[in-house]
Amino acid sequence: MSTLAGLAAGDTLPEQTYTVTRADLVRYAGASGDFNPIHWSDRVATSVGLPGVIAHGMYTLALAARALDTWAGGPGHVVELGAKFSKPVIVPDDDRGVDVVVRGTVKEVADDGVRVTLEVTCGGEKVLGMPRAVLRA
Amino acid sequence: MTVDASLAGRTFPPTEPYVVTHERLAEFARATGSTYDGGAAPATFPIVVAFGAMTSLMEDPSVGISLHRVVHAEQRFAYTRPVVEGDALTATLTVDSLRQISGADIIGTRSEVTDAAGQHVCTAFATLMHRGEDA
Repeated sequence: MSTLAGLAAGDTLPEQTYTVTRADLVRYAGASGDFNPIHWSDRVATSVGLPGVIAHGMYTLALAARALDTWAGGPGHVVELGAKFSKPVIVPDDDRGVDVVVRGTVKEVADDGVRVTLEVTCGGEKVLGMPRAVLRA
Repeated sequence: MTVDASLAGRTFPPTEPYVVTHERLAEFARATGSTYDGGAAPATFPIVVAFGAMTSLMEDPSVGISLHRVVHAEQRFAYTRPVVEGDALTATLTVDSLRQISGADIIGTRSEVTDAAGQHVCTAFATLMHRGEDA
């Protein structure tokens, strides 16, 4: 059951916080087929100038999609989704991981869908550039 | 080296059909802390198919891309319908644009993802940044 019907332009959607650990990245590498070692090896990540292992950009975008599913009342409502991968999410080698926060604001409610502007941050800094989506009931 | 200028406008052969199973979707959902209970796939799942098409582009020796110099700069999806269990998906990648900014090639790609009947499921737009030797 979609919860999109009651939304209006300017509405703030409930903030979602997701924790990302090294184990999640390993799991995502297997599930997505993206085995780039900068997502699991500190040695390779630091050799290309990164501070350490970073999350796949697509992992972060998947978290944005997860928030959209939550707001829409279930999967299958996203008809457009996009972002720039502007800043890496650095994932420490510990049991705690790092938090990614997804916020959303309804930009427009039109016949062809609900336009949502997202803000995806880690440690208070935006990690996706211009993340946006369209949801349809 | 930089990427061959003739790359712009080139369309690569479709990828082999990728059969979407319940287990694949469950694995993908679990990796992002979610669950899959049937029905529509997670929205970013088609990247699995599009990534196959992008890999063909990046590994084609005639293109001149060094894999370790590639950064995924931007991604966008436009869906006709959600992916569901049982779909057999292929991706056909076209290089939409090619430009150079301060020694890096910016490659705009579009992968059309279609089902076994040839019907459009979604389009995955990826911008890849390929850093030159000196960048």
